Amino acid sequence: MHAPEMLLALILMGSLTLYVLLGGADYGGGVWDLLSSGPRRQEQRELISNAITPVWEANHVWLVLVVVLLFAGFPAAFAAITTALNIPLTVLIIGIVMRGSSFVFRAYHTGDYRTQRRWGLTFAIASTITPICLGVVVGAMSSGRVLVRDGVSVNGFLAPWLGTFPLMVGLFALSLFVFLAAVYLTVEARDPALQEDFRRKALVSGVIVALMAIGTFLAARTGAPDIYAGLLQPSLVWIVQGATAAYAIGAFVALLKRKYKVARAAAMLQVALILWGWGLSQFPFFLQGEMTVSEAAAAPPVLWALIGATLAGLLVLFPSILYMMQTFKANNEDIPLH
Amino acid sequence: MSDIFAARSQMAMSLVFHIIFAAIGVALPLMMVIAEGLWLRTHDAAYLCVAKRWAKGTAILFAIGAVSGTVLSFELGLLWPRFMGFAGAAIGMPFSLEGFAFFTEAIFLGIYLYGWRRVSPGIHLLAGAIVAVSGVASAMFVCLANGWMNTPTGFRLVNGQLTDINVWQALRNPAGLPQAIHMILASYCAAGFATAGIHALLVLRDRSNRFHQCAIAIALLVGGSAAVLQAVSGDALARMTARNLPTKLAAMEGNFDTRSGAPLRIGGLPDVRTRQTKYSIEIPDGLSLLAFHSPHATVEGLDKTPREEWPNVLVVHIAFQIMVGIGTLLICVSLFAVWLAWKRGPLIERPRFLQLLVLCSPLGFVALESGWVVTEVGRQPWIIYHIMRTSDAVTTMPGLTTPMVLFTGLYLILAAVVIWLMSKHVIASPSEAEIQAVAGSEVLVHARP
Repeated sequence: MHAPEMLLALILMGSLTLYVLLGGADYGGGVWDLLSSGPRRQEQRELISNAITPVWEANHVWLVLVVVLLFAGFPAAFAAITTALNIPLTVLIIGIVMRGSSFVFRAYHTGDYRTQRRWGLTFAIASTITPICLGVVVGAMSSGRVLVRDGVSVNGFLAPWLGTFPLMVGLFALSLFVFLAAVYLTVEARDPALQEDFRRKALVSGVIVALMAIGTFLAARTGAPDIYAGLLQPSLVWIVQGATAAYAIGAFVALLKRKYKVARAAAMLQVALILWGWGLSQFPFFLQGEMTVSEAAAAPPVLWALIGATLAGLLVLFPSILYMMQTFKANNEDIPLH
Repeated sequence: MSDIFAARSQMAMSLVFHIIFAAIGVALPLMMVIAEGLWLRTHDAAYLCVAKRWAKGTAILFAIGAVSGTVLSFELGLLWPRFMGFAGAAIGMPFSLEGFAFFTEAIFLGIYLYGWRRVSPGIHLLAGAIVAVSGVASAMFVCLANGWMNTPTGFRLVNGQLTDINVWQALRNPAGLPQAIHMILASYCAAGFATAGIHALLVLRDRSNRFHQCAIAIALLVGGSAAVLQAVSGDALARMTARNLPTKLAAMEGNFDTRSGAPLRIGGLPDVRTRQTKYSIEIPDGLSLLAFHSPHATVEGLDKTPREEWPNVLVVHIAFQIMVGIGTLLICVSLFAVWLAWKRGPLIERPRFLQLLVLCSPLGFVALESGWVVTEVGRQPWIIYHIMRTSDAVTTMPGLTTPMVLFTGLYLILAAVVIWLMSKHVIASPSEAEIQAVAGSEVLVHARP
């Protein structure tokens, strides 16, 4: 495990996990904006908007970090992924552009309610499509159909990702983001009625997450046979899966008992473990059945340099992030943002 | 449309779009921090109002810059996967460092924009300063990566593969730093003159507004000093180009024949068939002097490069003339402004000068975009100079016209909305009452324990 490619792969997984836990919830918030209903519809939307506004750009950078570390440390994998999965990635970046821009446009289109709603709708739809694309890409990487030889995608440009399994992973990712957002919002809401709204939403989406997990597992039997077979063998993966299930149940029980901070911690662990379970079952492959982590990696000196730079960067980054979170997420909602 | 042309067009269009927001992201934070600093010093409410107005502009423009930058990081792979597979390890370091700079920028911009009432005035100003510095760092790292494509270093080429990559040596490529300094100054210059011009337009309508007086002073200070420094930076970059990228320099100058005492051509139209640049004003020995600081130095012409390895000479030459022409003009305007302010008092009372500023407002950005046309088109047909051709780097994905059209449409819509929003929120005169109101609420807040 001391090989630099493993270390960098761990850093990559860590960045992806933080993107899912932080940025993912911002997408989930967009979906809840779309689904906001009932007498407190407007208040729900405002809560979501205030939770996302000061932090979403910083949260978004985790994805940028994943992409640059991917192409810097694993250029062969990056080239293969961007070739075979060109179409879902193109849709993904259109979603990213639409989500980010419509969010600021909505914030500044003050005064004109109809235009503001139109941007809100664009924001919500983009927040739905983008996580699906992200899941599709991850699912495709596990399906064993991303094969690129001499820059040519062996399975064409549709078959690598257009199948039940990648699409299931896409929907699974969406449900996770939606669930995370609802759980976070129970903590961020001050008004008990709003808290109840999001508690209900969190419980419902928690059930959907469980259904999606089972659906994805079943789809893996034909869609990602190697991974499916691996999951049936007793291994470390079982322990991770068991822990995932335990935290999922923990989050659910905490929500039922209105212990929102406990629920948030359990939900974060649950989602993080799902990601690491995926990583573990995929290991040692970067692209299932086709390219291992070592095969995809750049030369060791390059990797060590990247690891050093990342650690130095994180040394600056983490205190900054903690300071930002403390400024905006520390029970001071009475202080307006503007 | 051929796929390679579609891919190049999409990349060019994405860069042209993103660079505007990136440049503003470098310069506007510095200007808003200066305004806030002046407010803390003088307690003149107009400065605070300027800082808040510019902060609002930064909020909108930074978001668009962030997402269009993300698009570019994906497009590197989506359009040029073979380039990224081949060279990702060599240019990955500056991009990774840029990732962290971008992170710092986003975090402290959040604190700056939404923390007016949550952090102390000193911390708030510091947050703004961190945004300004990390914006500069971001620009620098991206330019270092681009510099590597122009003057690749830090590896050995064995059997058509990059081996023994030394990322730190790759980072220290000859073109990187001169390009980075040129780009950062260009950002200050473009954003400074654009902002000064916009406020000049408003002051012509609303003569007595103190708000605009403060805004123009800061914008002109930043834009004007950058314009003057740009002359020095441009000279250093040109000499680097003469040494390392002679073909590009020859195309920039429309210089077909290798000779000593090469003339500097101003204007003119290069004709690649007759291998002559017609209708130009020639300054004898000028190019030799500028490129090598010696009147009799030999300057390589396009004749030293095989015909099929020439870039589009006409485009490169004209783009370079536009850039240099505008640069010279903006230096003159800056020096004139200093003279005018010194001899004749407040610039704001000179309607003719304000009109001049209005005319100059888009020019910085025109020069900045032309400069990128020079460096990108001038490197062709290479994506990595003398190592990989652009045509060998493009993706095998067919039908690239579709995403090209899609992104062009998308960016046109975004541009229209941004312009509309800016005109509504940022480009408008506040009343004296509004200035006082902004200041009043702020003094109250900061008075809290």
